[in-house]
Amino acid sequence: MSETPLIEARNVTRILPGIVPTTLVQNVDLAIRKNEFVAITGPSGSGKSSLLYLLGLLDFPTSGEVLIEGQATTHMPEEDRAFARLTMLGFVFQFHFLLPEFTVLENVMLPMRALGKLSKAQMRTRGGDLLGSFGLGEHIHKRPDQLSGGQRQRVAVARALANEPPVILADEPTGSLDSKASEQVFEVLRDLVHVEGKTVVAVTHDLAMAERMDRHIELLDGRVRIDEQHGVRQ
Amino acid sequence: MNLILEIAWTHVRARVRQTGFAVAGVATGVGFSIMMAALMQGSQDDFTNRLVNTLPNVTVTDERRSPPPQPAATTYDAAEIHGLTPEARRRGIKNPLATMAALEAWLPGAVGPSVKVQAIIRYANHDIATNVIGIDPRREAMVSDLPKQMRGATLTALYRATNAIVIGDRLSEKIGARIGANITLQTSEGARLNAQVVGYFHSGVRQLDESTAYVLTKTGQILSKQTGLINELRVRLTAPMSSREIAARIENDTGYKSVSWQEANEDLISTFIIRNIIMYTVVGAILLVASFGTYNIISTITHEKARDIAIMKSLGLSEYTVRSIFVIEAMIIGVAGALAGFVLGYVLCLALGSVEIKNPFLDADRLPLAYAYTHYLMAGAVALVSSVVAGYQPARKAARLHPVEIIRGAT
Repeated sequence: MSETPLIEARNVTRILPGIVPTTLVQNVDLAIRKNEFVAITGPSGSGKSSLLYLLGLLDFPTSGEVLIEGQATTHMPEEDRAFARLTMLGFVFQFHFLLPEFTVLENVMLPMRALGKLSKAQMRTRGGDLLGSFGLGEHIHKRPDQLSGGQRQRVAVARALANEPPVILADEPTGSLDSKASEQVFEVLRDLVHVEGKTVVAVTHDLAMAERMDRHIELLDGRVRIDEQHGVRQ
Repeated sequence: MNLILEIAWTHVRARVRQTGFAVAGVATGVGFSIMMAALMQGSQDDFTNRLVNTLPNVTVTDERRSPPPQPAATTYDAAEIHGLTPEARRRGIKNPLATMAALEAWLPGAVGPSVKVQAIIRYANHDIATNVIGIDPRREAMVSDLPKQMRGATLTALYRATNAIVIGDRLSEKIGARIGANITLQTSEGARLNAQVVGYFHSGVRQLDESTAYVLTKTGQILSKQTGLINELRVRLTAPMSSREIAARIENDTGYKSVSWQEANEDLISTFIIRNIIMYTVVGAILLVASFGTYNIISTITHEKARDIAIMKSLGLSEYTVRSIFVIEAMIIGVAGALAGFVLGYVLCLALGSVEIKNPFLDADRLPLAYAYTHYLMAGAVALVSSVVAGYQPARKAARLHPVEIIRGAT
């Protein structure tokens, strides 16, 4: 396969400094390509979230390199890393992490406003459309605390998609939801890949959910233990 | 609304009580700074105006800055003379009318001749040392405000009686001499003269009102026992602030000692400088304390908003944007505090201006206050700058927050 991966980790190691240094991720080589639906699993402390943050340019590797569309990022200026997060990556966290003082629509518009490419009217239309597509059309003027957990998480997904990034990185997106809401969010993520052609990388504890995703990466002690695509080891 | 401004505004609006306290702190600082500046400037201006209006702007006397050199010293370069009494000169300004005409040809203002004599006023068992100044009432209006300061009579009353005298109202109270009273003037030259009080003047400067009297030039010359004597030229300028330069030029042209009102009151003017230093130090301290409030609120907001900062950074907002949000919050507090402080300062000035008070040096019955927009601009600018400086440090710290640490902590 000659296509440049959207995100690539080359021999990435992340050690947390301290009196006793903690190794979070160790010598990970990984390539995430377009239109993949990837689950990262592993026991607690195996480095799942740490790897996701490294892939999402929220953290710096101690050694190795993370590349976005073939471009090394470790020594990139902070402004460029922020711009890459704004345009290339969308984050969904375990907790919705919406800004509580802003309405649902304003939260979704936030990345668009930071990018500043659309007019305010266009942002409103796009934000409204996004929320409508997740069944939240009638809640756009509500504040996050007026929504249920599942609704908030769907707002978070809508916000992650605001600038139409090719990659969505989700850290335990269903971890704080009941089974019904979890299923709703899972369907949203799956549709992003299968209907809209996005790439989704999701950290999850839910092995059943991971089994339903196209690619399954299992970590143990910061290393990749298993990397399977539709049950076939890579 | 701009995104940065909107987030900043939302943050400060969401913490009405804390923001209110921070704004109140800045407002108090600004308000009291304005009040202090108005009070300091007002008293200074009031005093300066009184000095400028009451006294001649420049006084040319028949003295020299340095004693005349000995003839031998000027004749022989090598001669060094010690212990000799300087040559005695005839008192008075030579050719006073010609000198006045020469000065009036170039200086922007008017010149009035006078005779200044030290005398003892004797009346009802009181002996008071007094400066008796012989003036020309018709020219006096051009060189001082004395005609406007007259009480009980006009200055032309000096023409109405033989040896008429106008005395300061405080001097009149001190010796108990009313209009029509006959007082005795005695000089060190041995002249003794009976004079009739024909009016009082009130300059507002206690020192003058207690120890100065005006007579006609002719009477002054009789007291000094020298016919035709003019020993002082009193100069009033259209621009009193240029008195120093004009005095120096007069001295250069005439050779006579010329003293500007600034030089005559140098000690007082130097105290104004000290007062201003004290004022700016106190004002600076007030605003510094106020800026601690701003620092506190911005620190609190950044601490409380650590999770939001992490979210914003993970969404792709740059450090600059995050830092700007909190600096703008500090600016909002600074601007709101300054505006509230302007109102407070104005109200304090009005309140202070209504207080009746007795000044031991001047007889103003209200505290003199200067209402100057520069005080407001200065206090506002200092408040704004100190707020931004106070807000910058926590804002910088917030912008540098590592989102992963916060997100991990939150999960």
